[in-house]
Amino acid sequence: MTQFLSLLFNGLSLGAIYALIALGFVIIFKASEVVSFTHGSLLLLGAYSIARLSESLGFLGAVLVGLLITALAAFVVERFIINRLRGAPVISLAIVTIGVDIILLTELIRRIGPDILNVPHPWAGESVRIGGIGITQNRLVAMIVAGILIVLFFVAFKYSSWGVAMRASAEDGETAALMGIRQGRVSALAWVVAGVLAGVAALFLVGSPTPGVSSAVYATALRALPAAILGGLDSTGGALVGGLLIGVAESLAAGYQEQLLFLGRGFGEVVPYVVMIAVLLVRPSGLFGTKELTRV
Amino acid sequence: MLSIDSLQVTYGGAVEAVRGVTMEVPDGTVVAVLGSNGAGKSTLLRTISGTLRLHRGRVDAGEVRFEGQTLTGRDPGQIVRQGIVQVPEGRRIFGRLTVEENLRAGGMGNRDRAAKAKARERVFDLFPVLKERNTQRGGLLSGGEQQMLAIGRALMASPKLLLLDEPSLGLAPRIIGQIGEVIGEINRQGTSVLLVEQNATMALGVADLAYVLDVGKVSLSGAAAELARTDEVQRLYLGHGEAAVTEQVSRGPRRTLSRWTA
Ligand SMILES: Nc1ncnc2c1ncn2[C@@H]1O[C@H](COP(=O)(O)OP(=O)(O)O)[C@@H](O)[C@H]1O
Ligand SMILES: [Mg+2]
Repeated sequence: MTQFLSLLFNGLSLGAIYALIALGFVIIFKASEVVSFTHGSLLLLGAYSIARLSESLGFLGAVLVGLLITALAAFVVERFIINRLRGAPVISLAIVTIGVDIILLTELIRRIGPDILNVPHPWAGESVRIGGIGITQNRLVAMIVAGILIVLFFVAFKYSSWGVAMRASAEDGETAALMGIRQGRVSALAWVVAGVLAGVAALFLVGSPTPGVSSAVYATALRALPAAILGGLDSTGGALVGGLLIGVAESLAAGYQEQLLFLGRGFGEVVPYVVMIAVLLVRPSGLFGTKELTRV
Repeated sequence: MLSIDSLQVTYGGAVEAVRGVTMEVPDGTVVAVLGSNGAGKSTLLRTISGTLRLHRGRVDAGEVRFEGQTLTGRDPGQIVRQGIVQVPEGRRIFGRLTVEENLRAGGMGNRDRAAKAKARERVFDLFPVLKERNTQRGGLLSGGEQQMLAIGRALMASPKLLLLDEPSLGLAPRIIGQIGEVIGEINRQGTSVLLVEQNATMALGVADLAYVLDVGKVSLSGAAAELARTDEVQRLYLGHGEAAVTEQVSRGPRRTLSRWTA
């Protein structure tokens, strides 16, 4: 039982990180009508920047500048590519984001080279125990920070002018334009927010229990895509639930590896995709997605 | 206030939707544009509001001027800030947003907080039902209430000129009458109105001036009361008043369907 609770708790903390990334996918999809495959490399860019800058700027400075760089990169992708291709077929746009992703990823891998980059988190790598449940300090901080950011995000999405403009424009872009809502601005802001969220996720993904900046972080980031899709690509609530679900499923699969050996080793890594497929078979538009989207 | 001069518009470089239209909306008036399906009425409004581009439409010749300045080439946001707001055909309220959020969306082009507060008061005065339903999702309102919300949402930007695209579409005759009265009231409060309609009885009842649009061209124009007496309008629009209304009602659901499959 303790093992189960421990896996559940660790899964939720991982899931909270996934949820940050998945929220980014969802708001970009809502605002720009594009599935952003650029997210993995944006996240790696965040991790790389924070690691590289922490020597000269210290941890906090590196985090701030790293987040700024990630947000700026997302902004540039939106302004100079996505915005100019508005109205292009959804598939072309998706492929374009894959192209951008590969370019950015290749450059980052070249820069990282054989180095092992570490982010010097002020919280140590040790585990803490809460009522018999063990969790690394990094994951605990991640859960708290992600929790706060997610609440802030949902409050802004529900109540701020940005949120109203975003939802109006996602529902009916032409009518939103008739109200004087600038879709370009809404879309750019969505990318910036998604960039910051990816940067924060990066900060925690490169801490214990899996420390170090490498292309493995990239693969981890991509697991947030099934999280967003199984929640319903146009639903922010779905991104949250999907993220947590994937995090927990992955943690349980890894924890009960021995019992799950008949499924083969490394099942934990494919579990997000298995869960996604299972959910989509039952609900093609995801848990909370809009039905119309299944036609896209 | 608004003047349209020899306007020609095509879609995709091929379909000529508006062919040399000249018309005038004098300050403080209600001007009606009548015409059957495909006459180019919506195209005319899209040209004014700057949303033609979203439909791959283009102005080939002519010009739209508002208070002396040309509107051609401006984006929709700039045009809203100049004081022109369009209520689109089929209402197009944001169904997943609450009534309040719909109104907030309508005020986005308006930075002046005091003006927005005043506009909201005006909207609730005109449509008390919107105040009652403030926290409900727009999609749950009845057709008539949705039309009121669509008009209220547009008024949140405090327009000088309100463009209405077939506000009577799909509504019951009693509601159409109310919409007509509201348009008159909005006009008395100082907003000029360009009203596109197929329901001539309502439109000519509230308008000062009217134009009849026929396959992209103006075929008749003049004072609304005089136009209502001409044979052509009697025969085409008023004689079949009853039939026209039932046809509009039955068009309602089919429209929604075509939007779903589009
Ligand atoms: N988005 C579009 N693309 C191509 N042709 C269009 C489009 N919208 C309207 N048209 C054509 O332009 C003409 C005028 O249409 P419209 O302005 O919608 O007329 P109305 O509003 O009077 O019914 C019609 O022939 C119609 O088929
Ligand atoms: Mg029309």
